[in-house]
Amino acid sequence: MPGGAPAGGWTMYPPLVLQTGDAFPYLIFAIHFMGASSIAGAINIIATVFNMRAPGMTLMKLPLFVWTWIITAFLLIASIPVLAGAVTMLLTDKFFGTAFFSAAGGGDPVMFQHIFWFFGHPEVYILILPAFGIVSAIIPTFARKPLFGYGSMVYATGAIAFLSFIVWAHHMFTVGMPLAGELFFMYTTVLIAVPTGVKIFNWIATMWRGSMTFETPMLFALAFVVLFTIGGFSGLMLGVTPVDFQYHDTYFVVAHFHYVLVTGAVFALMAGAYFWLPKWTGHMYNETLGKWHFWLSTISVNVLFFPQHFLGLAGMPRRIPDYAVQFSDFNMVSSIGGFVYGASQILFVVVVVKCARGGEKATDEVWEGAQGLEWTLPSPPPFHSFTEAPDPSSITGGNR
Amino acid sequence: MRDTGTMSNTNADYYVPHSSHWPITATVAIFTMFIGGANFLNGGEVGVYILAIGLALFVYMLFGWFGTVIGESEAGTFNGQVDISFRMGMVWFIFSEVMFFAAFFGALYYARMYSVPWLGGEGSGAATNQFLWPEFATAWPLLQLPEAYAFSTFKETIGAWGVPFYNTMILLTSGATCTWAHWGLKIGSRKHLIAGLSVTVALGIIFVIMQAVEYGHAYNELGLTLNSGIYGATFFLLTGFHGFHVTMGTIMLATILGRCIKGHFTHERHFGFEACAWYWHFVDVVWIGLFIFVYWI
Repeated sequence: MPGGAPAGGWTMYPPLVLQTGDAFPYLIFAIHFMGASSIAGAINIIATVFNMRAPGMTLMKLPLFVWTWIITAFLLIASIPVLAGAVTMLLTDKFFGTAFFSAAGGGDPVMFQHIFWFFGHPEVYILILPAFGIVSAIIPTFARKPLFGYGSMVYATGAIAFLSFIVWAHHMFTVGMPLAGELFFMYTTVLIAVPTGVKIFNWIATMWRGSMTFETPMLFALAFVVLFTIGGFSGLMLGVTPVDFQYHDTYFVVAHFHYVLVTGAVFALMAGAYFWLPKWTGHMYNETLGKWHFWLSTISVNVLFFPQHFLGLAGMPRRIPDYAVQFSDFNMVSSIGGFVYGASQILFVVVVVKCARGGEKATDEVWEGAQGLEWTLPSPPPFHSFTEAPDPSSITGGNR
Repeated sequence: MRDTGTMSNTNADYYVPHSSHWPITATVAIFTMFIGGANFLNGGEVGVYILAIGLALFVYMLFGWFGTVIGESEAGTFNGQVDISFRMGMVWFIFSEVMFFAAFFGALYYARMYSVPWLGGEGSGAATNQFLWPEFATAWPLLQLPEAYAFSTFKETIGAWGVPFYNTMILLTSGATCTWAHWGLKIGSRKHLIAGLSVTVALGIIFVIMQAVEYGHAYNELGLTLNSGIYGATFFLLTGFHGFHVTMGTIMLATILGRCIKGHFTHERHFGFEACAWYWHFVDVVWIGLFIFVYWI
């Protein structure tokens, strides 16, 4: 397409993004399209969870995975339309002569950053909350103990969702905001550590004196708890305004969000895939290959992202393809980690394909300690899963 | 929403809909519209035709999908649980629309409270003002732009107490006639219902026509256009998206009017009517916000 890919990266800051060539309207419409489908999906989830629960399945008995999904759906409905508004303003600035983000016409490019991050921060919790839900399903299963502090898990998720709407400007501490803004967004940001800490402690307490086994889903869930915590701590560091002036737009930020989104969200997805693969396919996956996949991924992903903390603290900026020569050793280490991590994912594809094609028959329950309605169905479940409301009293639900 | 509390529904059988091609048809239609629209905006020659094909497919989808749902509803396929799902769906759809307008209201407040005063030298904007645009002074409506030559200038905005005030009265009245029509439906009086809805639709059409005339006035006589800096941008996008929503709401209510004339709905089961009425009240409330913050203060 003439003019190449969209200028300005995923955050689409004007004025740079307005210099995009022919790709520009496609970029905007693609976001509108995905936004519309996200809203439709979120509404579907809310109506399903609130209205179609089985008799006796009260809200405080829902599996935590379902809770995290409802709260994610609310975040989507409240944040995606704001993004739609922001990109619509970009579109009219580019094609219809408006001056939302042009100071020459009385507008302000920083205004885009505010509107964008009002969406953008809830968006990162949209990515991570379902991951919290997956981990909250897996750890009790393999620790053979009920989830510790179920109620506090629900309220912590709600608190994280609420706070996500009042922290957005911590993405723009260096943009030149009034001091009151810097302070407000620093305090609210650091406050998120409280409900997140509640969750981490609850996962650890769930494992305390449990009869633990370490199948692949549990290994990924454990790695999630440890590595996501590292990402959480670096996030805390970034949330402190005065020190963010040092870290801002460096590789430290890159290291932070890859710890929370790769070793966080992606590892939870891996854990969930291994956890539910036997339910989906009706076959057990190859545990040996799964463990190889886990250990290769976990070691290489740390080789990949941990040195980026050092690069960032030493001052290597992000988003610039070239760098000063003193950064090359750590970049080399990081690259090796990246290639090994990428290659290890081929193992995952092999595991999934093998599992789909055959293997040991999976039982209905699959895992000894599994709790939840899906484990009462055959593996794989019948079309439409439940055509009449199941009786949840046969299982004890989330609030065991 | 009647049932969001801790009690869950006690329906034994789920309503399991048959397979449908409408979702993928809708996706293809919207995709075609976007491709055509993007090509058109880039100055392509085929874009407008692709856009027209997409739009035609979209309208076909609306008729087909809603037609199917209306047929199922009239055949009594939906149980009480489905009714509640529809209600929740509409409530949260309207909430998403509220958040869409919130983005534009947010832009308006940000410009008025922060960025325009900063351009005028307040707070941290002193240097910007002094070195870039020393002539620029904070004002709202912003008639004098930092670089006026690049934009269309206007001397005057549309005052609150002319057409916007009459339009406020029209929309408020239409909200009342809509509720009056609902009473008619509830007491089982078709004539009352059809009269109320007809007046509501007519008021909606009058509102849109008056907005269009006012836009003509702004463009042709006042010089107030989309290109009039931040005032024109916020003014036209806020009122424009609202006008678009009123148009949608009017089409929805007209559809409901047609269904009422055909004898659809009972005094107990008429969620199609209620959904459109909720939507109509929503555009009403947005207008109140516009009248106060865009036109009045």
